[in-house]
Amino acid sequence: MKKKELLHRLVQMLITLFGVSLLTFSLMYLSPGDPVEMLLEVADTIVSEETIAETRAQLGLDKPFHVQYFRWLAGVLQGDMGMSYSAKMPVADRLWQSLPGTMVLAASATVTMLLISVPCGILSAVYRNRPLDYLIRGISFLGVSMPSFWVGLILLYVLGLKLRLFPIAGGEVSFDRMVLPTLTLAIAMAAKYTRQVRTAVLEELGQEYITGARIRGFPMHKILWRHVLPNACLPLITLLGLQIGWLLGGVAVIEMVFSWPGLGKMAVHAIEMRDYPLVQGFVLWIAVLYMGINLLVDISYTYLDPRLKKGGC
Amino acid sequence: MGSLTKDKFLFWLYTCFVLLILGFAIFAPWLAPYDPYDAVMRQSLQAPSDEHLFGTDKLGRDCLSRIIYGARTSLMMTLSLVAVITIVGTFIGVLAGYMGGKVDTVLMRIVDMMLAFPGIVLAIAIAGMLGGNIVNAILALAAVSWTKYARLGRSLTLKLRQRDFIAAAVTSGSRPLHILWRHILPNILPTIVVTAAMDIGTMIMELAGLSFLGFGAQPPTPEWGLMLNEGRQHIQTAPWLMLYPGAAILIVVTIFNLWGDSLRDIMDPQRAN
Repeated sequence: MKKKELLHRLVQMLITLFGVSLLTFSLMYLSPGDPVEMLLEVADTIVSEETIAETRAQLGLDKPFHVQYFRWLAGVLQGDMGMSYSAKMPVADRLWQSLPGTMVLAASATVTMLLISVPCGILSAVYRNRPLDYLIRGISFLGVSMPSFWVGLILLYVLGLKLRLFPIAGGEVSFDRMVLPTLTLAIAMAAKYTRQVRTAVLEELGQEYITGARIRGFPMHKILWRHVLPNACLPLITLLGLQIGWLLGGVAVIEMVFSWPGLGKMAVHAIEMRDYPLVQGFVLWIAVLYMGINLLVDISYTYLDPRLKKGGC
Repeated sequence: MGSLTKDKFLFWLYTCFVLLILGFAIFAPWLAPYDPYDAVMRQSLQAPSDEHLFGTDKLGRDCLSRIIYGARTSLMMTLSLVAVITIVGTFIGVLAGYMGGKVDTVLMRIVDMMLAFPGIVLAIAIAGMLGGNIVNAILALAAVSWTKYARLGRSLTLKLRQRDFIAAAVTSGSRPLHILWRHILPNILPTIVVTAAMDIGTMIMELAGLSFLGFGAQPPTPEWGLMLNEGRQHIQTAPWLMLYPGAAILIVVTIFNLWGDSLRDIMDPQRAN
């Protein structure tokens, strides 16, 4: 990727971040819940009108919309995302606390997903329209139609409760607690990705040079490793970037099912508590994560595709 | 020719299944053995039996009846969501594609911005912030899903604009609205409808997901995602509460996905593999 393109991308990312933050901020401004009441309700005491007004002024919620937004934006630009109402600590600290849980889970789910879907996708393509292909396609079709949180509940019931293989309650980050949420996310992603691997490999197998190689008597496994997979790789990396976008959302639901201490669970609680600064910070972080990953995907193209390297820089 | 008739056969077969589901939704009051809201505390958390085929929930409500009524909630939510995003998205896309210039630039910038962000995360934030209920869940998912149709509508319109019959309509003095309505829309409609049909399954799942998080349908509404959330708390003692609503989602989503795919196959036999 050329320097100019990179700069262009970065500017576009900043514009998107600005737009997304403005959108979430206006939603919170318009939303019916009152964070001050939520905040004081937790204390479980009867509060006077004055206390409410005082807290409101303290949090800056009595100011007009644009003042609130630009005050927040100025803070973010200086690295200060404000204070979380419910956690009573800086938003950045709260996010750092939850980030490792989500990252570990997302990474292990992605690796597991690749381990399932790449071999299955290749097999399905090589044995096209034979029983194995139908079996793999049938399973992936079912997988696409299953809600991930239901898969999670079923795994929890069968592997956790009935067979007692894994602990069912989350709460902390550890290997045996991570198996079930990892599997759940991996199954949901693998269902889609297996199809995409199959399509990509099939497309490559249909090329004339493959037919040529087969006629000349090269063994299939050699053709696959040397020619098909390297070429099928590129579109698959782009699709992987998109899958990770889904993962960042899906992780929120799955973290709730397994009480996994990550960003998603934190966000759902923050939304329930009307903890505006924390929700805002969460959305911003996810946006940065997602766009960062997709930028990396595009940069990786430069290294994986020699044609681009030649034209670059 | 043989494959074409097979495609048609499959399409009609799946259409029958879809109609069957619609039938369940429409005739729920006659099909459901009990009132889905009728709480009988003495019969709470009963295992499946002859009396209650799918068992009862914490409040002693009949699970089967709630699942049948749940088809109503799910389909009503999903069909309105798909209708909204299809109409709004296509309208914006066609407008951008036909007008070109500044309108196009601004609209497509907004679409690019939305596409550069994982939609479901934003949908969760929007639905939660607006307050959990059915309408807000639909609005939230609509806000992040219309972009796909805007993109599609725009690219289809751009392709059509190059065609001679549009140029003929313009030179013969037809008004832009007339051209859009009579010449552009009928030509792009098949593709849009197929895309919408293939989206139904995904939307059923995403709406159920929001309800599962508590940001969609609220109790005591019979809704599958919400029922799974309620059943989750009794996973040890009453596993049937999480088994059947999930199976209902699986079956309905599978049927709509099959139907969507088969519709695509008969509309566009070249694209099917």
